[in-house]
Amino acid sequence: MSLVGTAVRGVQTNWVRLRPLGAAVAVVVLAALVLPATRDRLLRYPLSTAGFILVVLGVIAFWAIPSDLTKRMRKNPLSVAGFLLIVFFVAVAVLAPILAPPPSSSRNAYLIPQEGFASDPRPPQARHPFGTTEGQYDLYYGIIWGTRTAFRVSLVVIAISVAVGLVLGGISGYYGGRIDELVMRVTDIFLAFPGLVLAVVVVAVLGRSLDNVMIAIAIVNWPVYARLLRGDILGVRSRDFVEAARAMGGSDIRIIFKHVIPNSIYPFLVFGSLDVGLIVLTAAALSFLGLGAEVGYADWGMLINLSRNWILGAPGNPFAYWYVVIFPGLAIFLFVLGWNLLGDAFRDILDPRLRGSG
Amino acid sequence: MATYIGRRFVLLPLVAFGVTLLIFALLQFLAPEMRAAAFITNPNQLNALPAIIEKYGLNKPIHIQYYNWLREVFRGNLGWSQTARQPVAQAIGAFFPATLELTLYSFIPIMIIGVWMGTAAAVNRDKLIDHVSRVFSISFRSLPSFVWGLLILMILYGRLNWFPPGRLSLEGDLFVRSGEFRFYTHLMTVDALLNGKLWLFWDSLRHLMGPVLTLTMISIALLVRVTRSSMLEVLRQDYVRTARAKGLDEDVVINVHARKNALIPVITLSSLTFVGLLGGVVITETIFNFPGIGRWGAFAAQQLDIPGVTGFAMFVAGLTVLGNLAADILYAYFDPRVRLQ
Repeated sequence: MSLVGTAVRGVQTNWVRLRPLGAAVAVVVLAALVLPATRDRLLRYPLSTAGFILVVLGVIAFWAIPSDLTKRMRKNPLSVAGFLLIVFFVAVAVLAPILAPPPSSSRNAYLIPQEGFASDPRPPQARHPFGTTEGQYDLYYGIIWGTRTAFRVSLVVIAISVAVGLVLGGISGYYGGRIDELVMRVTDIFLAFPGLVLAVVVVAVLGRSLDNVMIAIAIVNWPVYARLLRGDILGVRSRDFVEAARAMGGSDIRIIFKHVIPNSIYPFLVFGSLDVGLIVLTAAALSFLGLGAEVGYADWGMLINLSRNWILGAPGNPFAYWYVVIFPGLAIFLFVLGWNLLGDAFRDILDPRLRGSG
Repeated sequence: MATYIGRRFVLLPLVAFGVTLLIFALLQFLAPEMRAAAFITNPNQLNALPAIIEKYGLNKPIHIQYYNWLREVFRGNLGWSQTARQPVAQAIGAFFPATLELTLYSFIPIMIIGVWMGTAAAVNRDKLIDHVSRVFSISFRSLPSFVWGLLILMILYGRLNWFPPGRLSLEGDLFVRSGEFRFYTHLMTVDALLNGKLWLFWDSLRHLMGPVLTLTMISIALLVRVTRSSMLEVLRQDYVRTARAKGLDEDVVINVHARKNALIPVITLSSLTFVGLLGGVVITETIFNFPGIGRWGAFAAQQLDIPGVTGFAMFVAGLTVLGNLAADILYAYFDPRVRLQ
């Protein structure tokens, strides 16, 4: 509750600065609700509309709460740019059914509607704002819904890696000794592969699908988290409050979960959020190699894979099919750029050695 | 130092053993028929799969299977690769020189340009070159290698016709296969020069440029960032201030006092760059149709050529482990603090 209170107070104190922004959002939402063209769409997907309003409120609240983080971010325009890019992609993901309504006949909204089966891509036009790929998949639809795929992949991968890393890294760091040695040697084995190579093997063995791509990247990723948490725990383990908890007769499990992890988890979570860009790049690379999402599934890497045959254009016109690679490429680039910008800023903010110097 | 390096050498076979264990564990997801392919040495045996399952006990308990499999791996029998149409070990030997050539041509410019740019950015902090290198670094870290590679292909080959895909042009390929050409190192540019064929050298160099440009830009972007922050850290140290205070020339301070210390993390990163290149060739070689192990590995994975994929992965893992070992040794050599621990 205190958080909500702070947010409300933050909005109150910053109201003068926020007023133009709030007014602009209100005007856009009202206009969208009044105009018949958009009203039907908004009302057909009330969940998306509500989600979008929540996102907007959340961003305003985050920006209004006077915190160390936002104060530092304001001084660093690049971090604000990264933040805005990510907010933009979150909004696109939430609004996907409104921005690109799935046809009423579709059973799964992630399957890109296909108009005919002609092999060569068609340039941007009124019906297809970004053009179509080979096999006539609509690029605009694929990119909009691909945003959801990107978020889902990164969230699932991070959840699995954090869970495994938390357990193994926690055990390793807390008990030390032989267990520590064993877990660390196991991470050595996983880290002996370049990430993409191990992921390729896992997908080849498990079979080609987006779910297996997520499993593969999590298998590649967890050792990094385990090592990170182990290092943090080693730093916390001998601190006085842990000794005190042990002296009071706290069990190992209790000490790990009540005292050690809460005190070492913060940098761990920050690292996780910065890892999103890399995860999305790897997932897209697997889809690009034809090992990820099936053809026609809304996934950026799959769209670029479909562009490969058209890179060289037509005779006399080398850039004839520019749109098949530029649009999905730009989507991945901006998404990853947003996370990298924010990540660099977070690192600078959290690293005390760099404080006051940037 | 001896114990530090000795420990690394003791761990080496352990990790190698673990790598085989991991690969074997992954193989357990497959049906015995597919696993049997790992024991085949020629295509005729494909018809005799039930006999092979029987012979190597692929229905027996797992530890016996692992023992049989490991024995074959140690004998150098990694199975039959359907995509390469030859035994896996032979395929690695055939594809690796192309990848090695590509890696060598990429690694050297990456190290030189990356370190130079990172140092220049740190020394001229917040000046133009710093901003340029930061924008460069963050852009190429965010740009997927396959998008960048496709753009290079689109512009430098499709539009300008400078750097074609593949490893050689048609006439170059015909000449290499003609019997007049002698292989010495299997690195095409080197062999062309040793054969005294300058045109062939240019031909292979032209074909290398596309993949090299793709691999270098992204690795340089990573290296610039690390070198810059490492150099900034060192420039804050007391001994740099002392060197400046005693009136040394700024060039001497930067090149002798600061850069040497700033390069220590860069050594570690050089091995990471090497590993990154080995992973990166999978995509780059696929885009440019460059006949190295990366393209073969990706193709094998698409075609469910399991012996091919696992052989490729174990080989790359072996190279990675050796690369990390080399970095550890260099690290201990250059940083006395590590040696004394």
